[in-house]
Amino acid sequence: MKPAPFRYADPRSVPEALEVLAAEEGAKVLAGGQSLLPLLSMRLAAPATLVDLNRVPGLDTVEVTGDGVRVGALVRHAGLLTHGGAARVQPLLARATANVAHPAIRNRGTTVGSIAHADPAGEMTSVLALTGGSVTVASPSGERVVGWRDLFVGPLETSLPAASVVTSAFFPALPPRSGTAFAEVARRRGDYAVCGAGVVVTLDEDRRVAAVRASYVSVGLTPEVHDLTDAVAGSPVEKADWAAAGALARTLVEPDGDLHASADYRRLLVGVLTERTLTSAADEAVERTPA
Amino acid sequence: MTTKLFGEPVRRREDARLITGRGRYLDDIGAGALAAAFVRSPHAHARIVDVDVDAALDVEGLVAIYTYEDLTGPLAEPLPVLIPHPQLHAPRTGYPLANGEVNHVGEPVVMVVATDRYVAEDAAERIAVTYEELPVVVGVDASRAAQHAVHEEIPDNVAARHHQETGDVEPALAAAPHTLSFTQYVERSACMPLEGKGVHARWDADDRSLRVHTSTQASTSVRAAIAAKLQLSLDEVEVIAPDVGGGFGVKIVHPWPEELLVPMAAIALGREVKWAEDRREHFISSAHERQQRQEVSVGFDDDGRITALDVHIWHDNGAYTPYGIIVPIVTATQLVGPYVIPVYRVVVESVYTNTVIVTPYRGAGRPQGCFAMERTMDRIADALGLDRAVVRERNLIQPDQFPYDHHLTFQDGRPVIYDSGDYPALLEKLKALVGWDGVGALRDDAEARGKLLGAGMALYVEGTGPGPYEGGHVQVLGSGKVLVSTGLTTQGQGHETSFAQIVASELGVPIEDVEVTTGDTRRFPYAVGTFASRAAVMSGNAIALAARGVREKALRIAADVLEADPGDLQIEDGVVQVRGTPGASIPLRTVAVLSNPLRYAFDEAAKQATQFATHDDTKPPVAPGDAPGLEHRDYYSPLRSTFASGAHAAVVEIDPATWEIDVVNYAVVHDCGNVVNPMIVEGQVHGGVAQGVGGALYERMAYDADGQLQNASFMDFLMPYASEVPDIVIDHQQTPSPLNPLGIKGAGEAGVIPGSAALASAIEDAVGRRITSMPISPTELYDLMRSETAERTAALDRRTGVGA
Repeated sequence: MKPAPFRYADPRSVPEALEVLAAEEGAKVLAGGQSLLPLLSMRLAAPATLVDLNRVPGLDTVEVTGDGVRVGALVRHAGLLTHGGAARVQPLLARATANVAHPAIRNRGTTVGSIAHADPAGEMTSVLALTGGSVTVASPSGERVVGWRDLFVGPLETSLPAASVVTSAFFPALPPRSGTAFAEVARRRGDYAVCGAGVVVTLDEDRRVAAVRASYVSVGLTPEVHDLTDAVAGSPVEKADWAAAGALARTLVEPDGDLHASADYRRLLVGVLTERTLTSAADEAVERTPA
Repeated sequence: MTTKLFGEPVRRREDARLITGRGRYLDDIGAGALAAAFVRSPHAHARIVDVDVDAALDVEGLVAIYTYEDLTGPLAEPLPVLIPHPQLHAPRTGYPLANGEVNHVGEPVVMVVATDRYVAEDAAERIAVTYEELPVVVGVDASRAAQHAVHEEIPDNVAARHHQETGDVEPALAAAPHTLSFTQYVERSACMPLEGKGVHARWDADDRSLRVHTSTQASTSVRAAIAAKLQLSLDEVEVIAPDVGGGFGVKIVHPWPEELLVPMAAIALGREVKWAEDRREHFISSAHERQQRQEVSVGFDDDGRITALDVHIWHDNGAYTPYGIIVPIVTATQLVGPYVIPVYRVVVESVYTNTVIVTPYRGAGRPQGCFAMERTMDRIADALGLDRAVVRERNLIQPDQFPYDHHLTFQDGRPVIYDSGDYPALLEKLKALVGWDGVGALRDDAEARGKLLGAGMALYVEGTGPGPYEGGHVQVLGSGKVLVSTGLTTQGQGHETSFAQIVASELGVPIEDVEVTTGDTRRFPYAVGTFASRAAVMSGNAIALAARGVREKALRIAADVLEADPGDLQIEDGVVQVRGTPGASIPLRTVAVLSNPLRYAFDEAAKQATQFATHDDTKPPVAPGDAPGLEHRDYYSPLRSTFASGAHAAVVEIDPATWEIDVVNYAVVHDCGNVVNPMIVEGQVHGGVAQGVGGALYERMAYDADGQLQNASFMDFLMPYASEVPDIVIDHQQTPSPLNPLGIKGAGEAGVIPGSAALASAIEDAVGRRITSMPISPTELYDLMRSETAERTAALDRRTGVGA
């Protein structure tokens, strides 16, 4: 369990990092290393070069505006978890980040890194999707914004070319009259979820259900957002049949089985977690809807 | 015996060192050593057609590559069958490096030695081994079906057929008012010490001596094995177990291939060589335990009293049998637990599979035996509509029946005769501790919260402290320091504290003056090892006897000096004094100085013992039959094992939406005779319970049909975190053992034994479906609840609408 030989680059700017990435085939970006280093140690990955972003200035900030939260490439999960401003604008961020592994991993692992890693068992890929977020990608040809739908291609696979660096992720603010919630079932506390669910409920001005969206963790090959509005559309929020939304969700997902959960069990959890999170998200939506 | 420290919850003296990074584990030794890495079989069963090392030869830093062809003499022979047994009719062991065939994924094929571990792995990766795959046997059922053979010349895959019986079981079953027959399974798990195995060897060519550090539970026997296999004289080999980061059984197996190959390379290369096992290696090439298929038939009367018990077990022993059939024997003999079983027959067929070897893991077959017996009790209760505690109570051996002879032969070849115990009192304490009679109210409360609550219990008896012997050496230095050594090893049990407590108490010295060394053949060359909950019983008593020998000599010398009768002397706080005569005293350290008549003095203290300072010229300085120095060596060798006991109860809450299982209460009543240090015993119980909960709810070795271990990392092998281990409440009972001077019984394994049985019972109680296989996970429980064929239990009648 020792990595194969690799070259190590220690750039001081994004252009410098891009230079190395463009010049060296099979180069890989290192940020928090919480997924990459175990892969190296198991020799499941053997990149020729690691491009360590940790000494690039300016990537470690969380910017909060009324539109949303921009998270720099070197912001650790722990930093996002405890960021009060981010939680006010998009409460889902802290709620989901609290489910990312253990404190030691959250202290090193980065939110953007876990998105770029594109693990369908990761919480933040799902949150990026559910909030309709995007990433900013720097490449030798310039900087561009890539929406979540165009980002995730498959498990551990993004659409980004090798010579690119995700410099930040943007999570839009929680819309008015909306509430969110996030919940997971894991075999042990802090493990990758057997199933996780994030939801957003939006009400109309009369506190009737206007929109319900959900995204799941460890369900499917890439993050997806499921529209569950049909199950509860127009229902007064206090009478909404969240179980019906859960039942609808069960029909929409296509989970796989693995060592820790059968596909059926995951489907069961999709229903249960959907109902539970919607109940809680609806409460928040009510609080955020003027009577 | 003074009891000043014996029995006190003295804080572990080694912890400050171990938890602040000052421990010296295997990988802390030999920073400049060459590193070994292994090419291991990727196939579960295959012939080796060719080993091509060419591509590795140009790796910079490569020092040597060894294959089977490089092994000579005894090293080229199969590894030893450590514990032969007449019923082990077809033993097989592997070779240090595979000889033409591999029988499990992870079997070592090639050893690479290089300047560091990174380079060694680079070279290993380039070695091309060509295999011809053979049919693979995974699991007891496939092995039993014997469509394919693991070892060609053993077509039925049966290594051993272990059989014991105490009477004619078939007529007894036929005559029973009621009978039940059922089949159940226990899955594989493993010890998983946080420190894997590891070996460091240094050959001193000038001195012709080999010093080996190994993370072992049996340094003296590793020494003997190395000497035999490398054809060295025993005096040329010393083996030391440094700080060892957990063993739990896996490190009692020896010699591991690496324990021979690393010293071999060190001698051949004239360089220090080290191998530190990584986690993946530990998963696929150390040892596992626990998988069994159990078929049980029981006869019982209207009151639930057992009249006959017939058990047939198929035990998965993996690819080889280096540790003999110890686990099958332990299952067979410990299964009977605290109960009177009038007629008992047990057959354990130990069968080969193309998987990692199976050798003792904490509990060593007892958890499976307990599972068989305790689940039998649950089924009898279910069949008769009786409380599960009542059925157990009616079958218990009574306090006036000791010594109780089960007429079975234990793993040490000696009779299973329980020396002492009070099982009805254990059960009463357990019921009180867990609130057994109030479970109904808890159930209602849980139901109101939408949860299913269930309770279960399991009792066990554990044979501990088997022989043949251990020894202890105690020496008082002129400085007052008391050196204690014993040959068995320490892998976290707190021996530096508990053994020091024993010596401090026996000798009457401050514990601060006592230094304990374990597992170092330079200090104590005769030992067996640390396993089977035996260290406190065996070395504890040996050390106590050694301390008593020192005390006797000290009193004899002091009596001379103080002109008193030795019987009038006492030792307190390191000072020998005449009882009731203040001032008539001599420090023990001075006694130590005087015990060694000197010609030369190097310090002030020594002057007292030189030839012109002593005046009695009527006797030789060292009397005939006496020896210089204030020291004594003694041994303890028991007639047979001593039997500890205990009872666990678990209360679980299950979420009927997600089928998550939460252990909300876990109660333990524990009886290990006289307790040296209750804090250490409680720690042992906690650790055992953690492993019991792991084995019941989280851990399994997930082999696929090709013999590939699917979860060979801590990401997928779910060893419980602290957050998964329930709070544990403990009550103690002490029925001293009459077999040994200190009256103690072993405590090391107890905590793990009843975990699966108690938790299966609790889950079954909560959901009303029969649990026939452990461990059980939420996804499996969901399947069970949806199964149309799953047996409904009487507990189901209590269900009122929560859940399924």
